[in-house]
Amino acid sequence: MKVAVLKGGRSLERGVSLRSGARVEDALGRLGHAVVPLDVGGDLVRRLSAERPDVAFVAMHGVGGEDGTAQELLEILGIPFTGPGAAACARCMDKSLAKQAIREAGVPTPDWFAFTQTAFRELGAADALGGLERSLGFPLVVKPSRGGSSLGVKFAASAGEVPQALVSAFSYDDRVLLERFVEGRELAVSVLGGEALPVVEAIPAAGDRYDFEARYEIGRTRFVCPAELDEAERVAVTEAALATYRALGCSGFARIDLILDRDGPQVLEANAIPGLTDTSLLPQAAEAAGMSFEQLVERILDLALTPAAA
Amino acid sequence: MSEVPIPPHRRRAHTSTRDLERYAGLFAERTTVMRSSAMRDLMAITARPEVISLAGGLPDTSTFPPQSFAAQMTRIAQESAAEALQYGPTEGFEETKDCIVEVMGAEGMLVDPHDVIVTTGGQQAIDLICKALVDPGDVVICEAPTYPGAVPVFCSYQAEVIQVECDEDGMRVDELEQLLERLRRDGRRPKFVYSVPTFQNPAGVTMSLPRRQRLVELARLHELLVVEDNPYGLLRYGGEPMPPLYQLDGGDFVLYIGTFSKILSPGIRLGWAVAPPPVMEKIVLGKQAADLCTSTLTQYFVREYFAEGRWRQYVEDLVEIYRGRRDTMLAALVEHFPAAATWTEPQGGLFIWATLPEYIDSGDLLAKALRADVAFVPGQAAYIDERGRNSMRLNFSGVGDAEIREGIRRIGAVIAEQVELYEALTGEESTLARAEPGRRGGEADGADVLPFRKTGEGSG
Repeated sequence: MKVAVLKGGRSLERGVSLRSGARVEDALGRLGHAVVPLDVGGDLVRRLSAERPDVAFVAMHGVGGEDGTAQELLEILGIPFTGPGAAACARCMDKSLAKQAIREAGVPTPDWFAFTQTAFRELGAADALGGLERSLGFPLVVKPSRGGSSLGVKFAASAGEVPQALVSAFSYDDRVLLERFVEGRELAVSVLGGEALPVVEAIPAAGDRYDFEARYEIGRTRFVCPAELDEAERVAVTEAALATYRALGCSGFARIDLILDRDGPQVLEANAIPGLTDTSLLPQAAEAAGMSFEQLVERILDLALTPAAA
Repeated sequence: MSEVPIPPHRRRAHTSTRDLERYAGLFAERTTVMRSSAMRDLMAITARPEVISLAGGLPDTSTFPPQSFAAQMTRIAQESAAEALQYGPTEGFEETKDCIVEVMGAEGMLVDPHDVIVTTGGQQAIDLICKALVDPGDVVICEAPTYPGAVPVFCSYQAEVIQVECDEDGMRVDELEQLLERLRRDGRRPKFVYSVPTFQNPAGVTMSLPRRQRLVELARLHELLVVEDNPYGLLRYGGEPMPPLYQLDGGDFVLYIGTFSKILSPGIRLGWAVAPPPVMEKIVLGKQAADLCTSTLTQYFVREYFAEGRWRQYVEDLVEIYRGRRDTMLAALVEHFPAAATWTEPQGGLFIWATLPEYIDSGDLLAKALRADVAFVPGQAAYIDERGRNSMRLNFSGVGDAEIREGIRRIGAVIAEQVELYEALTGEESTLARAEPGRRGGEADGADVLPFRKTGEGSG
């Protein structure tokens, strides 16, 4: 089969995407497929039209690749592709949309308020901050609404730190979230074809916050898979993840990040195109379920070609 | 196995979680403290052709005449192919050392060729000095900010790095003195002080003569080594030459690092270290272990190049070009950066260090700047700790005047957006008035702002 691997692009997560893409190409080659690597740029449509692949493996992360832009094009060109469709990607990428949909579906997610830059610049939204801060409490989390990794995510311990955190978060997107900070265990549930894989727990190295670099460096964060959960916890976490997957209209695969605290799981976000690098969580979860990376890639391709299976 | 097709270039088949754990179990302790440069993933994007990069530290090699390069390499091929393709002595060729003696002489230093080792770039000299001197946990002192490329070297030898604040006269030697006293009381002996005293990378500042004299005195007093890294000394665009620490000390307690990268080419990877014989002996052993010898071919190239006798002229040509680019960048900063920003006015070297209001994180700013297709180095790369987050390093040697102007205009625009937003959030008065030369902005921004002032040409 001829498989185009879409990777790179202009996203801030270009580096991670190139690593995901390289690893997928490697596996596809070993599986005997003809691989067409495509570093996504202005010539994407021309190259896809010329190459006419049987299927596109989308290994792009962040704005421009994971937000539905590339998926929309693939839908127009009639090329089957891996992972969720354009609309689901757009919903997952925008945390304020995603959280709204999740909450409407009855899945717990930490309280939040979303703002655009215009609201602060032109409508005096700053005057509303005090009240919101009281309602959310400190510390609170400030994050760009769109952005696949933890780039631009800041913690504000007091009201004085909020403006600076907002300036940082607005560097990545025109809409930001103020979110209640939930302390608890950091879990990730990868969903493959509508079924949950074993839960992964991320345990940051001592004193290290779970930041952007830690995610992609061996040894900075310790991952435990399957996470040590009792049966009730495992069921609650898995069900929250599956409900999120459905609420956002995902297909193929996705990874749901949650916090587990005393009151149960709270969903933070859904990643439409989870990383596939050496240290990424989806491959680890698949492996814990007994799938090699090649088997995982083959299964993802199958799901793209027979959407009914999703 | 036979039906598995072999791809044209094959990547390693590995990296199941078990593989990763197996590797992780084999990693040396030092890898846990080896840091990747802070914004590595963002920097991957600066390579896009449409990005104006003020992030590099690149000399402009396009100015080197290709016909001269061709003639020298042809002469080597015709007259000494067999030798040029062979291994060489670990210390480097005598002829290379003669060139080094000449370069150091041009800055007033007298050096015994026996004290010199030719290295694979100045970077290897830093590594070899650490290899000879630093045990895990040893204290190494450097400037704050320091050369970003030195940080991973210190970390890979598991040094405890302590940074001493800089101002427009270079390292605060009075603070160093207090630090040394504190360490002495704690019974700790620092191995060396690493400094780029002249046209510092990244700050662009130059250490004053009284501080140089005091630093050399302190080294003698505490029997402490000073590592003087001087890649830019000959790239002077104004002011009077300052004697190198090596010259003031005479080479007893000052180890010296030089390089051909900025006066000829970084691609030839040729640098050197100067050290007294007992230290040199250990450095040579380390060099043997690292790579046996520095490239013979590029040493022959340098020899041929110096034999032409035009190297000083080439450096003069570079100085002319870079002086113009520095002036272009300084003028663009005045025009496009907000009043709350400050920056250094280097009299040489390749870098300007700009400091923004403390609420701006230059790493996040870079993400925004990249959307406007412009890049710089976030200040955090020059610190071991969390300092430097509101500063940035700007390079003016690597791109032409028009790109410098446009690059600074774009960075200025994204800063202005952040300043405006912050003011809308806090209700602070507008500070967006354009900067004026000689006036220091940002007084209200708190004590964390680095004490760099804009200094007029010749006032420093």
